[in-house]
Amino acid sequence: MTEITSLSLFELIKNIKEKKISSNEATKSFVDRSQKSKKLNAYLTENFENCLKLSKEFDNKPNFDLKLPGIPIAVKDLFCTNEVRTTAGSNILNNFVPSYESTVTQNIWNEGGILLGKLNCDEFAMGSSNETSFFGNVQNPIAKDLVPGGSSGGSSAALAANLTPVTIGTDTGGSIRQPASFTGTVGLKPTYGSCSRYGIVAFASSLDQAGPMSKDVKDCSILLEVISSFDKKDSTSIDFKRNNYSSELNRNIKGIKIGIPKEYRVDGMPDEIENLWKKGIEYAKDCGAEIIDISLPHTSYALPTYYIVAPAEASSNLARYDGVKYGLRSSGESLIDMYEKTRSEGFGEEVKRRIMIGTYVLSSGYYDAYYLKAQKVRQLIKQDFDQAYNKVDAILTPSTPSSAFKIGEKSNDPVSMYLNDIFTVPVNLAGLPGISIPAGTDKNNYPLGLQIIGKPFDEQTVLNIAYSMEERINYKNNITDWWME
Amino acid sequence: MDGIMSENNSEYLIERNDNIYEVVIGLEVHAQVTSNSKLFSPSSTKFGAEPNTQVSLVDAAFPGMLPVINEYCVKQAIKTGIGLKAKINNKSVFDRKNYFYADLPQGYQISQYKYPIVGEGNVILDMPEGQKQVGIERLHLEQDAGKSIHDVDPSNTLVDLNRSGVALMEIVSKPDLRSPDEVNAYIKKLRSIMRYLGTCDGNMQEGSLRADVNVSVRIKGSTDLGTRCEIKNVNSIKFMQMAIIYEANRQVDLIEEGEEIDQETRLFDTKKNETRSMRSKEDAHDYRYFPDPDLLPLEVTDEFINQVKSEIPELPDDKKKRFIDEFKVSPYEATILVSDIDTAEYFEEVVAKMGKNRDMKLAVNWITGELFAVLNNKNIEIVQSPISAKNLAKLINLIKNGTISGKIAKTIFELMLDGDIDPQIIVEEKGLKQESDPKALEALIDKIINDNREKAIEYKQGKEKLFGFFVGQAMKASGGKANPQLINEILKKKL
Repeated sequence: MTEITSLSLFELIKNIKEKKISSNEATKSFVDRSQKSKKLNAYLTENFENCLKLSKEFDNKPNFDLKLPGIPIAVKDLFCTNEVRTTAGSNILNNFVPSYESTVTQNIWNEGGILLGKLNCDEFAMGSSNETSFFGNVQNPIAKDLVPGGSSGGSSAALAANLTPVTIGTDTGGSIRQPASFTGTVGLKPTYGSCSRYGIVAFASSLDQAGPMSKDVKDCSILLEVISSFDKKDSTSIDFKRNNYSSELNRNIKGIKIGIPKEYRVDGMPDEIENLWKKGIEYAKDCGAEIIDISLPHTSYALPTYYIVAPAEASSNLARYDGVKYGLRSSGESLIDMYEKTRSEGFGEEVKRRIMIGTYVLSSGYYDAYYLKAQKVRQLIKQDFDQAYNKVDAILTPSTPSSAFKIGEKSNDPVSMYLNDIFTVPVNLAGLPGISIPAGTDKNNYPLGLQIIGKPFDEQTVLNIAYSMEERINYKNNITDWWME
Repeated sequence: MDGIMSENNSEYLIERNDNIYEVVIGLEVHAQVTSNSKLFSPSSTKFGAEPNTQVSLVDAAFPGMLPVINEYCVKQAIKTGIGLKAKINNKSVFDRKNYFYADLPQGYQISQYKYPIVGEGNVILDMPEGQKQVGIERLHLEQDAGKSIHDVDPSNTLVDLNRSGVALMEIVSKPDLRSPDEVNAYIKKLRSIMRYLGTCDGNMQEGSLRADVNVSVRIKGSTDLGTRCEIKNVNSIKFMQMAIIYEANRQVDLIEEGEEIDQETRLFDTKKNETRSMRSKEDAHDYRYFPDPDLLPLEVTDEFINQVKSEIPELPDDKKKRFIDEFKVSPYEATILVSDIDTAEYFEEVVAKMGKNRDMKLAVNWITGELFAVLNNKNIEIVQSPISAKNLAKLINLIKNGTISGKIAKTIFELMLDGDIDPQIIVEEKGLKQESDPKALEALIDKIINDNREKAIEYKQGKEKLFGFFVGQAMKASGGKANPQLINEILKKKL
């Protein structure tokens, strides 16, 4: 039989429910494989012992009515987990152990999931390659010295390497979809307000959204169903009627109108991306969708807008890491001296860069020119999508302008790094749902992803299109286990 | 040095050489909202708890913690806005005011900057020379910071976060105040309105009411505003007045010496009675205000506002008018009676308990005279009054129906203090009932006239002053219980 760790979540649940595999057996398999995969540097904190213990407890008293019965799951280290160290990839939270649980992870445990460990990520989710993590970069299991994307790079790597059956990430400007694209996996950023932000270390509050990462679309729908919930503890959480995403999942997308935005054909886009997109359009047509050319005229302003709004919010959100209450404290001769030393030692270069940008754009005299203008442009970007959705049900674009790059290749060139988010940030700015599904490979055989963007709260249509196209594309990751010990 | 105070008004002017200056004052009052829990967290707001025992994860700004607005605090702010006859804004926005300090866990204070919940309104002051209207610029909701304690540990600053996140209303006046007396009246009126509404207890000792005082001066008659200085965080009316007097005179001195006034933030040193520069305009913080992305704009419907309006009790201005109309008390008396809601309620209870034959004059005099004196001496509030409204009403009725004299009443009042004793019982037990039997009194007076025949003759010859002597003798002979009115009548007849 197939190895347990390569089963999809859906198959794993089926096997556990049919008592073919116990929770403890499954957990052992993932723990074993994870222990042999240290070279990937995917884990920041292992919860293996406890996970094995809890899986036994589950087996002794199984509840197969749960949606994730005894399923071990590793999560991005941006989610606060009760009694388990939560670092956000930062030195400043190196030894921080929360006494509380994020709503999203709590939803997973409530449905029978068991915490396997905490996964590496860019520091405070600021990065597109997982290279800004204080705890070192993560290897992409696709090939040696390849970045796994970011900021949910530990999550995408662990998932692609079969160290966890599914995982969750957070997406502020593409941090779920881009690493999914780089690792040949599926990643969904839900509509802003779908998944509670309570207990997630904040990067940019108006953009942050947690979402599922999985090996296929069906798994994605199962996990979304678990984590999406209205939460009074998050004032931006929205109380809308949520679908039973997994049971309502279907491939009937005949007549669905899919828009192709001409502005996403950016200068210097590699041919292989252009070709992937063209193939994607054909696949969508094959599935019965109607293709319509659309315009999102303000697309070129999305990246600069994002790099004003996100750092502005981040500069304020990260002010709480001051050495006074928790986390790292460096000794100083005065309060100001202590602040300066703590934050200098606690934060990495990229985080400091963004705090500086954010502080600058909010400063008096610059606020109107930058922050206020960015907010106005953000409205225009939203309106672009609103207008497009008068004509189409969803939008198809490439997920990223390139495939995964080598570790170190862009780490000294922030602007080139930021350009990685060019297709994903407009979705965050407009608060829309977007999914990346693997759709092909580049000349090096590295995976490439396509992005499907939906109407607000219409995750079901996004998932259904992805589900149909996935079948048509029939992509398979070619992973050699090169890192295994 | 100090201003010239004219006899009958509250004007405050400063005379230097040939110039007469007036002082222009605006206040930013920080009033703690009366609520069980904090503005964005469920922690208790109770005063005086052990340090750091009323702190939630939200108050201490733990990673991933989010603010959730306390609807009750919003209602309290709207109530206060209505009490200030102000415009309630259907939409307001919470902003982040960013700065670093050890007792500010988030690294920002959640406040309202561009779009406050309450807009323009006004407050009426009752000054000796008449009423004065003071404009309200705005009222907004914000979080309080924690408390830094510098004097417990010699080498460390300790932080108490119990206050962190408690809801404050910042009430900003227009620069309409002109004297320390008006500031006194304004703060008291504001406090009175909020206490009537139950939106702020106004307890200045506990820091529930503090103010930043903006002061500038100008030549009297000028309509231009001078450069202002802001005196931060003054926590008593007395200190506000002292700070204003010092600051206004400092500014006048500078002008008279031909110097410029720097726009700056100053602190009032209560020990030295002077204001000192804290930071100049150039060093002013750049707070980098921006809308808090964790909170949606605050929207309140007209229905909600109307619902709050329907719950507004009678406020001091209306109560004063009603006291004048209904109880025929003087405007001056009414002002005193309504200034504090507990006094007004006590008064109304006394009135109710006096029944049909009520005597307003007596009621006002006894409350504002004897009772206030006792409260002052004991340094207690009227709600802690040792004499209940019911028993005070009984005492007043005993005077009114002639059972006791006013003089005896004072004796009884003293005795009532020890355990709120029913005055009727004291009268009976001590035999203090007034002697009002004309026959008994006539016999008594006959005897006195007989014993003092020479004086009686002198009186008849025109020495009218001696009438008092006879009254005194009669009262003395009766042990103070004789009805003074009857004594007068009988004496006049007999002499």
